[in-house]
Amino acid sequence: MKEKIMKGVFLFAACASILAVGLICYFLLVNGIPGMAKIGVGKFLGGKIWRPNNDEFGILPMIVGSLYVTAGAIIFGVPIGILTSVFMAKYCPKTIYRPLKTAIELLSGIPSVVYGFFGLVVLVPFVRNVGRSLGLGGNGSSIFTASLLLGMMILPTIIGVTESAIRAVPAAYYEGALALGATHEGAVFKVVLPAAKSGVVAGVVLGIGRAIGETMAVIMVAGNQARLPNGIFRGIRTLTANIVLEMGYATDLHREALIATGVVLFVFILAINVSVSLLNRRGQNG
Amino acid sequence: MKIEVKDMNLYYGDFHALKDINIGIEEKKITAFIGPSGCGKSTLLKSINRMNDLVENCRIKGDIFLDGENIYKDLDVNLLRKRVGMVFQKPNPFPMSIYDNVAYGPRTHGIKSKAMLDDIVEKSLRDAAIWEDTKDRLKKSALGMSGGQQQRLCIARALAVQPEVLLMDEPTSALDPISTTKIEDLAMELKKDYTIVMVTHNMQQALRISDNTAFFLLGEIVEYNDTEKLFSIPSDQRTEDYITGRFG
Repeated sequence: MKEKIMKGVFLFAACASILAVGLICYFLLVNGIPGMAKIGVGKFLGGKIWRPNNDEFGILPMIVGSLYVTAGAIIFGVPIGILTSVFMAKYCPKTIYRPLKTAIELLSGIPSVVYGFFGLVVLVPFVRNVGRSLGLGGNGSSIFTASLLLGMMILPTIIGVTESAIRAVPAAYYEGALALGATHEGAVFKVVLPAAKSGVVAGVVLGIGRAIGETMAVIMVAGNQARLPNGIFRGIRTLTANIVLEMGYATDLHREALIATGVVLFVFILAINVSVSLLNRRGQNG
Repeated sequence: MKIEVKDMNLYYGDFHALKDINIGIEEKKITAFIGPSGCGKSTLLKSINRMNDLVENCRIKGDIFLDGENIYKDLDVNLLRKRVGMVFQKPNPFPMSIYDNVAYGPRTHGIKSKAMLDDIVEKSLRDAAIWEDTKDRLKKSALGMSGGQQQRLCIARALAVQPEVLLMDEPTSALDPISTTKIEDLAMELKKDYTIVMVTHNMQQALRISDNTAFFLLGEIVEYNDTEKLFSIPSDQRTEDYITGRFG
């Protein structure tokens, strides 16, 4: 009897997370789709102008903005993240492993608003100077700044997952490579890292998810102009920023358009997750 | 002598794992190391290609010579391992295609030409008697093969870097009897071109295929002799006790 009750408790716990996803999905679609339909899907997704006061709801600039800063975050964050985890798993002397690990854990614990402050006080002036000295202009709040900051913010995610994936590779692979006369580098980069591939990809995708979903820090450094940018030193508004900045006062169709923005964001995340599981499946078969 | 070990002592921390080892290994012969678990036979094998370097707190005193060159002083460790290949107890093909497994070694040592790699892969797989099993699935993952095939693939992979010596650490202990026979036949074939040192738990195996046998006990070589002599007229009481099954 007791076992049955406990089984029920476990089942309920397991269902809770599925229920949560289901509810979020339902709420978003029910509230977002009608708005999108009223505006017109083409006008909504492809429209270049976002002027809620004139009933113009084109979110293409925000979609482009989110893609730009996410791509930028990948360019800065992924190579550094992967190389850091390789260092930690295969090169790091014991004496500096602890402090390094602690620092990275701390990095993941910093609230995003604090990252935002750091960006505002340090990165924005820095990028402003760089942009001006290169003659590209801009006031420092830009795609480039947001990419740098997001690149930093996704490091702990990428490093954590990638490091454990590298550590999970059987030692026999490494030893087998050395026994063939490979150097430490050769064994690590040609055998161990490829063997950890699916874990590395998972880490990168989690990082992408974090970057595309990040809101607070991005708002503080990205400039938030709702228009298509003409250079990486120009300001940009992301999907998340669009929702947060206007949700407080939006009503009627404007409000529905913001929820529909949330739907688009949700679809992005879904697409990322599905593509990863497809990639992993193909990796296992090959 | 292809390999000569002189007055070698090995310690894992405080543990004295090998004591005053002196042994010469003949070229193009199969030399078997036998003895009970924990007697040091694998440890000595792993010292010959310096895989013990990976073990923390492992200290070695004395010298090992390969063709008269001191492997700890005169030779670069990666070049040493190129000349002294190794096959492990558990088959450890890399999680990549059969072709890439065999090509890994040559690529590591700088061969880039596709045609040359193709030749090396085919020759190595043929030499390891597994070409017929693999020629139609070279691009398939090596992890899909049976244990016995994987072990022969690992032998092919070792052969691909053209070693002079092959170290085999209980290469058949994880395999079924049929695969074991295949590996044994292969070893007999390979000794025409390679010097083979094989650690084995299986005394019948040592008797079947080896030319010389060393019997290890508690970190010492008790007896080292021509295999037939060692098994028929052992000169040490402990060897006789072991081969007649009184302990171990």
